[in-house]
Amino acid sequence: MLILHCPYCGVDADETELSPGGEAHLKRAGPGTPDDAFERYLFHRENPKGVHFERWRHASGCGKWFHAARCTVTMEVFGTYPAQVTEPPQEICDRITGKRPGWSWGAFS
Amino acid sequence: MKRYSAFAIAREALRGHTGWDRAWGSPQPKDRYDVVIIGAGGHGLATAYYLGKNHGVKNVAILEKGWLGGGNTGRNTTIIRSNYLQDASAAIYEKSRSLYETLSQDLNYNVMFSPRGVMMLAQTQHEIRGYRRTAHANALQGVATEFIGPQRVKELCPIINIDGPRYPVLGALWQPRGGTARHDAVAWGYARACSAMGMHVIQKCEVTGVKTEGGKVTGVATTRGDIACGKLGIVVAGHSGVVAEMAGFRLPVESVALQALVSEPIKPCMDVVVMANTVHGYMSQSDKGEMVIGGGADGYNNYTQRGSFHHIEETVRALVETFPMISRLKMLRQWGGIVDMTGDRSPILSKTPVEGVFINCGWGTGGFKAIPGSGWGFAELMAKGASPLTAEFGLERFREGRFIDESVAAGVAH
Repeated sequence: MLILHCPYCGVDADETELSPGGEAHLKRAGPGTPDDAFERYLFHRENPKGVHFERWRHASGCGKWFHAARCTVTMEVFGTYPAQVTEPPQEICDRITGKRPGWSWGAFS
Repeated sequence: MKRYSAFAIAREALRGHTGWDRAWGSPQPKDRYDVVIIGAGGHGLATAYYLGKNHGVKNVAILEKGWLGGGNTGRNTTIIRSNYLQDASAAIYEKSRSLYETLSQDLNYNVMFSPRGVMMLAQTQHEIRGYRRTAHANALQGVATEFIGPQRVKELCPIINIDGPRYPVLGALWQPRGGTARHDAVAWGYARACSAMGMHVIQKCEVTGVKTEGGKVTGVATTRGDIACGKLGIVVAGHSGVVAEMAGFRLPVESVALQALVSEPIKPCMDVVVMANTVHGYMSQSDKGEMVIGGGADGYNNYTQRGSFHHIEETVRALVETFPMISRLKMLRQWGGIVDMTGDRSPILSKTPVEGVFINCGWGTGGFKAIPGSGWGFAELMAKGASPLTAEFGLERFREGRFIDESVAAGVAH
């Protein structure tokens, strides 16, 4: 079972306590956005086989949203961090680089 | 290829079964094929088969990373139905179901199609309205379904508890010509027929890159060397995003694990397929006597082919209430497959931004039932550039907002 550390209440929460919220760090598209970019924003989700960043909510705990970095193949969790950021913290990126040299995800690497 | 028949069995019985041919060949890859299909699962093999049978394209290779039908083709719960809401879906799924009816004769391979009937339980007022609507839509589409009451449900499947405390059975959408088939046999039958037409089914051959020149496909790089091709069909289910990236475009799909499990074999106790979407579970009995159970997909992207344990608990808990007699059954095996989900829960059968590359993906949690129809339509699309069966399932529908919304029909059990 997937276990994620909630960065707010400090609980190591089981998957059953959490609800998944999809891709992290989405850049929202506003009025006037060209069709291509709007299609990308709405439908073209990151779907990597490997390093992935996503949003989770500690639904049956403190109720807060947070971010997690995870490997979609091995289910290894590289770390979790608060929701109020627009990109993954350097510390998490460095940890992933140590384990998956050469990784990239969206605009991050 | 020697034909299978009662006479052949008698002949071989007399000579110690020494005369059977291998069902399909294991050829070395050639340098070039007219068409290369990536993925020797049901959909890929069916595409190749109908390319040869309907369109005379026989210089075809089907490349498979693992073994024949070892992905989702061999991991599903073998349910075949066509009771979808939207016209485009009903057309391709009903084509598929009708092809299944004669598939054994067509392939000269027993796929054990059993039109035993599929029942989708209505356990809330909302579901009653939804399934009545589907039954009306199906009547207009020429798909034989009807909405039946709880007493008829009990007659058709006596082991159902229709007075469950949480979710009583209020009725069901009944498709008498739906059913099941032996999923491995579907892959094996198509592979044998493709091999007999001179096509190359190449196993343990992983595609590692797609080669293009001036926006047009020229071939693929594989673990067994480069292979040139005129047209390329990508039919790889959960790994569609990975292969599409090799070809240089993105797909509106996300990959998640979907699980199934089977119980120990027991005496025959149900001869229909029952799906209960409100409680997230579906069940049928295999010819071996095992209860075949499917449930929910993981809510987050992964490629583990394993799935989360708590989904099994949820599924089994729900089914025990609906089928109290299974409460003491031991579960024998559990497995997962990676399914590619689209936003509208409908598949993508389409040309792509790369000329000569075609994609067949997004079947999500319910691709097995669609194998013959998907192959039929996708082969026509690849051979002629368009097919009435696949016209509405293009990639551009997401940009244009023309969804084929089947999330109600297919949200969980599919």
